[in-house]
This record gives sequence, structure tokens and C-alpha cells, in this order.
Amino acid sequence: MKSGSNLEKILRAGHFAFTGELGPPRGSNVEAVREKAKPLVGNVDAVNITDNQTAMVRMSSWAASLIAIEEGLEPNYQMVCRDRNRLAMQADILGASALGIRNMLCLSGDHQQFGDHPQSKGVFDIDSTQLIGTVKKMRDEAKFLGGADIDGPPKLFIGGAANPFAEPHEWRVHRLAKKVAAGVDFVQTQCIFNMERMRTWVKEAVDMGLTEKVYILAGVTPMKSIGMARYMQLKVPGMDVPNEIIKRLQGVDKKKVADEGIKIACEQIEEFKEMKGVAGVHLMAIEWEHKVPEIAERANVLPRPVV
Amino acid sequence: MIVAERKPIEEIRAMVKDFKKVLTVGCGTCVAVCLAGGEKEVGVLNSELKIARRMEGDPIETGAMTVERQCDMEFLEELDGVVDEYDALISMACGAGIQFLAERFPEIPVFPAVNTSFIGVNREVGWYEEKCRACGTCVLGMTAGICPVTMCAKGLFNGPCGGTNKGSCEINSDQPCAWYKIHERLAKQNRLANILEICPANDWRNQTPRTIVQPGYQERLTALGIK
Repeated sequence: MKSGSNLEKILRAGHFAFTGELGPPRGSNVEAVREKAKPLVGNVDAVNITDNQTAMVRMSSWAASLIAIEEGLEPNYQMVCRDRNRLAMQADILGASALGIRNMLCLSGDHQQFGDHPQSKGVFDIDSTQLIGTVKKMRDEAKFLGGADIDGPPKLFIGGAANPFAEPHEWRVHRLAKKVAAGVDFVQTQCIFNMERMRTWVKEAVDMGLTEKVYILAGVTPMKSIGMARYMQLKVPGMDVPNEIIKRLQGVDKKKVADEGIKIACEQIEEFKEMKGVAGVHLMAIEWEHKVPEIAERANVLPRPVV
Repeated sequence: MIVAERKPIEEIRAMVKDFKKVLTVGCGTCVAVCLAGGEKEVGVLNSELKIARRMEGDPIETGAMTVERQCDMEFLEELDGVVDEYDALISMACGAGIQFLAERFPEIPVFPAVNTSFIGVNREVGWYEEKCRACGTCVLGMTAGICPVTMCAKGLFNGPCGGTNKGSCEINSDQPCAWYKIHERLAKQNRLANILEICPANDWRNQTPRTIVQPGYQERLTALGIK
């Protein structure tokens, strides 16, 4: 066991993992974190705590992670390369591990231009693949990136992100292979709407033997409205929303669009349970944390296994 | 070349508002080529300054000199004696030239008339594009001659981020994704293996002031007692 996290135990035991997401508030509102945490408790194996998502300043990921722990959740502590250099990153990694955080997701981060501080200096001292390698080196070799010894290495289950959709497509599985070589234990994918492309990518990963080394958690986001679907199709970089999804949402009564969105998500989850190479689902119910129990119930992933 | 952009006239006016007689010094190299600080731009700036100051009833006297290179002491020599007649200098060179000018004449205030923007290329007259951040650890051999530090908005070394969008960067659809281009060119050259290996964390020691002595010149500098 590399970290002893619940997520690691679930995946190692061969269970189909189910993780959620919690965006920290734009302030020091502890109650906001607790409120978002409540519907997730008992319904997911771990919860991603985002790190200044969309380059907007928020309560720090490690702090919100600790509040999540108090609420009975297991955090998946996110860290982006945009805001910290390698010294700050390694310091936070040690601190997070010391305080009981056991999963960590290594990301490049959205560009600062999108957020509320576009004037900021993006750091990007190292990239996401190098961050994965850094955490692995710290954990497995008890060494800092610079080579010095660590007094008490961090215990972390190392995560990364994968995007099966962005072009060039043939590069996508190689990018995953690089993260595997760097030492990633699990990856969570971009929100999936193009199932055909996802099937192809997972098959490539299986054929390359990557899924024997990394757990792939498929990213699922329920569409709340036609507007959201259109926005994701046109405005969100790296997102692939086929027209069929939009047509399907348009085909139901206005009041039933959100329900149809959940239905699509549940159908996807059912398919992922059977898909070779997929070890679980990462549910990104954006600002819809309270819907997670219903989605988990309808997707037949409850009760969550206890390991 | 080094590409610069002239500062707005208001900013330059504010810097020299307390001076009656200024010498505007142009530079004949990079900033002249990118149409920001050569002889012609010196003339334009002086005219703008004079008109503005005359209109506010506080006329300014200006002088104009354009040296071959402000980053070379040899060419700054021709200003010796000339600058004594002025209250302040305005430099239209890049940041390196401005600093060298200020170093040569430490008794007189030197003000920048340009913002030094980047190391870039000339796409078309009047259109320049950044190409190099002078990071000091060039990886262009690995990346088919496309710089991931400069051309990728996140300066990534191991391939495109999740935000790449049909060949464009997530920050702007007019900005090509550097890694998409790198992939495309390496594929054409049958050299994709280049980017399948993990590129380790970069050495960013360019953040400290750097000096270079080219091999073969150390002995000379030592003999001169300079370095």
C-alpha cells in the first residue's frame, strides 16, 4: 500500500471506484465547505478538492481538504503548477501528508488569463508530469526533487488528469503513458460526452498495457441545462460535446432537461462499469453537490464498499 | 532581434515634466528595425514632446542623437561631451541599451521611452512575434524548432495540456497550440520518439543576472584585469 488511502484500498480490492468533487468557497466560509460536504459523505470514496479552479482565488485546497476530513470525507487534494514553484509545492505536499491527506491530484492548471487575476505571473516552474514524478520521488525515494533526503516522506496516492479528446488524438494515449512512466497511480479524465472517442482511447490504453499500471477513472458530468451543454460544446477548451447530446436534451420537456442530463450520466456510468480498462468514475457535479446522492443511487453505485 | 514598443506619450511626458532640455537617444539596431526607437522614432517623439509642452505653456528643448548600438560602450563614446548640455536623457533603446547609457552617464537622469517586449521575429513590416525567452536551456532540438517555453502559454515541457483545442491554445483561438505544432512537425520528420520520453524539470537559473565569456576570450579579459 503506497498511501493507505480509502481510494487506493477500493481500487486495489478491485471495486469500481466512485469519486466526487468539491469546489472550495471564495472566502473563508467554513460552513460553505461543510454544507457541500454533507451530501457527499457515504456516497463517494474520495472527493477532489479543487485548487483555485478556473484561476479564481478560493480557499486553499489543503485547508478545505482538512475541513472535508473533519466532515468524514476523504479528500483528493488537487495541486496546480500555475501558482507555485517547486519549493512551495514540495512544502505543501509535506504539510498535506503530515496532516492526514492521502490522495493528491497533480495538474497543470487553467491559464491565469481566465481567472480574476489575469495580471498575475503564472509560475509553471514544473509541469503536471514533472509534478507527478516529484511526488513519486518524495514518496518512494524519500528525496526532494533537488536530491536531498526527506525526513519522513509523504504518503500519497498520486493522481493525474487525462484528456482523451483534445487533438492530436494519437498523442493522447502517449501523454497518459508519460504520466504512467512518471509514476501516476490513478488518472481522472476530462468530462466525457463523446463516448465513442472515450472507448477508442481506453482501448489504446489497454492495448499498450497502461491499465495494468494505472487506474483510469472516467470523468462524468451531468448536464443541467441546454445552455450548459452549448457552453461546454463551444466555450470550454478541450471539451468534446457531440451534437447528439444537445439534441437529446432538446428532445425532452423543458422541466425534464436536468433529469435527462442525470439519465445520460447514469447510462454512461453503467457502461463504464463494464468497460475494460476503466476502474471507476469521477463524478464532477459542478455546483450540484446536493444531487450526488440521487445520481449515485440511480447509477447503482451504492452502497459504497467498506475496505 | 529584441522587439520593443514605444511608451504612450503621456507616460514619457510625465517622466520629463521637470526638465527643460532633454536629449533623446535612439538606437540603430533592434529597436530601429522594429520601428520603435530608431532615428525616425526619435524625431517623432521629440516633435510630440515639443508640441505638447508648447501647448501647456512650458516649452521643452530637445536634442536628437541615434547611435549604432546602445548596448556597446564603443558607440556610446560619441555622446561624451554632448550630454553635458542637457538636463536629462530619454533612451529609445531596449532595456539593455538604456541601462548601459545610464551606466555611462551616471550623473544625469535617463528615462526609458520604450517598453522592451520580447525577443522575436519580423513576420511582416510592423508585425512582430515573440520566439524566445532566453531561458538558457534550449530544448529546440527535442521540439522540432518550436519553443515550448515561449510558444506554450504554460511553458509545458511534456506535451499539450487538456486545454488544447483543435490545434489552438486555450487562452486564445488565434494562438496555435505549441505542442500541437511540435507534434505535427515531429510526425512529419518521423521523430515523434523525441517527445515520448519524460523531459525533466527545467533549470531556470536564468532568473539570476547572467554573464557570458565566450571561450577564447577569458585570457584577454584576465590580461586586461577586467574579469
